[in-house]
Amino acid sequence: MPPAALSVHLSIGQAYAWSVFKPPLESSMDLSGTASALPFQLGIVMLGLSAAFGGTLVERNGPRWAMFVSLVCFSSGFLVASLGAATSQYWLVVLGYGFIGGIGLGIGYISPVSTLMKWFPDRPGMATGIAIMGFGGGALIASPWSSWLMERFGTDNGGIATTFLVHGLTYAVFMTLGVLLVRVPADGWRPAGWEPPQEQGHMISTADVSARNALRTPQFWCLWVVLCMNVTAGIGILEKAAPMIGDYFKDTDTPVTATAAAGFVALLSAANMAGRLVWSSTSDLIGRKNMYRIYLGVGALMYLAIAQLGDSSKPLFVVCALVILSFYGGGFATVPAYLKDLFGTYQVGAIHGRLLTAWSVAGVLGPYIVNKVADHQEEAGKTGPGLYSLSLTIMIALLIVGFVANELVRPVHPRFHEPATATADAAESAPAEKGADR
Amino acid sequence: MTEPAGNRTALTVAVWAWVALPFAYGVYELIRKATQLFTG
Repeated sequence: MPPAALSVHLSIGQAYAWSVFKPPLESSMDLSGTASALPFQLGIVMLGLSAAFGGTLVERNGPRWAMFVSLVCFSSGFLVASLGAATSQYWLVVLGYGFIGGIGLGIGYISPVSTLMKWFPDRPGMATGIAIMGFGGGALIASPWSSWLMERFGTDNGGIATTFLVHGLTYAVFMTLGVLLVRVPADGWRPAGWEPPQEQGHMISTADVSARNALRTPQFWCLWVVLCMNVTAGIGILEKAAPMIGDYFKDTDTPVTATAAAGFVALLSAANMAGRLVWSSTSDLIGRKNMYRIYLGVGALMYLAIAQLGDSSKPLFVVCALVILSFYGGGFATVPAYLKDLFGTYQVGAIHGRLLTAWSVAGVLGPYIVNKVADHQEEAGKTGPGLYSLSLTIMIALLIVGFVANELVRPVHPRFHEPATATADAAESAPAEKGADR
Repeated sequence: MTEPAGNRTALTVAVWAWVALPFAYGVYELIRKATQLFTG
């Protein structure tokens, strides 16, 4: 099952490598920077919308159907974009990559989540961490690969069209593995030698909650705020990483070159990816609520350290930024298991899909805050670390809001639980699924 | 009908290689770029 999930997530994670296509598109189609970002932005919006509205369909039709839909949308999105590049019709690139491909992103992102947690009831955090780490890893593969293809085919319209075409076909083949391999475990399945613990922590659901009912619970909205704040804070540093490290050490004995800043950004990507697996697996041991206390509480302290001491030590700055980015990735990967703890596995995929709207909001909020504040500080004549001090303070405040929201998370009230008959299928497999966490 | 253990092992190796090889390529490129922080 993990390779099936990875084949999908490593593919759709390509979305974060869109920036590779921006300069060639801008020069060959005479586009502005804002226009060339449109396919990616629409793709992320469609990711959130299709995950939110398609989640119930994914639960109903199963992971194989979802992975197939994701494959068709994601690959055909590239083919339509290829046609757009070949005919110099940019709207087709936006429609193909952003709209059609974006549906593939959302459906593909949630497709393996609930199935993975059923296969690994003893380690649901680790299971979803593997898949969601794949989403982070997708850009690592796509970025150099796309650049390599454009070096061979050229960066004019024809070269970009051919590159899109090769992407569409290659990802269709690569994702086929997931469609063919994915299996839902039999009712009552459990890992060999594993017995559900007799004593469960009070944060573990002993019943199931439907996606419709989950939206009526304060727990869902607390987690929405938690995810939104954690992602916004992470994006805050991701968005400005390269200029930020340059500005921080501009007037010191050890200024940072543009090449070194690019290396710093690459290290942040590694921390983001590693955090998804490491911290999500750690949550299996210490519990989800404690894990988010660390993400949000220690994350705020890391931001504080950068704000107060960042320009005094380059290693300190780098380490704090790496920890923040690892928490950003970990927050994404741990949330499905947190949802499972609170709402059971009955419709956890659909609930996860609805929660991902927090990502869409954070995707707009984070860059807006850091860019707007940095521009404002620059206009006010500030330089160096002073450009970012207000942004960092806002990020700390957002993390504190998230921390409080996490503290407010309590077990779901029984009035939201599904009657036993409504979740009969899930209930049969319950002995293998319940009691895995603490 | 049960699948022979050898076939199953070969299939497991093949499907993990399917995802691990491109991932390893991505990680290699990442490390190459990340080292620029210390050498650039």
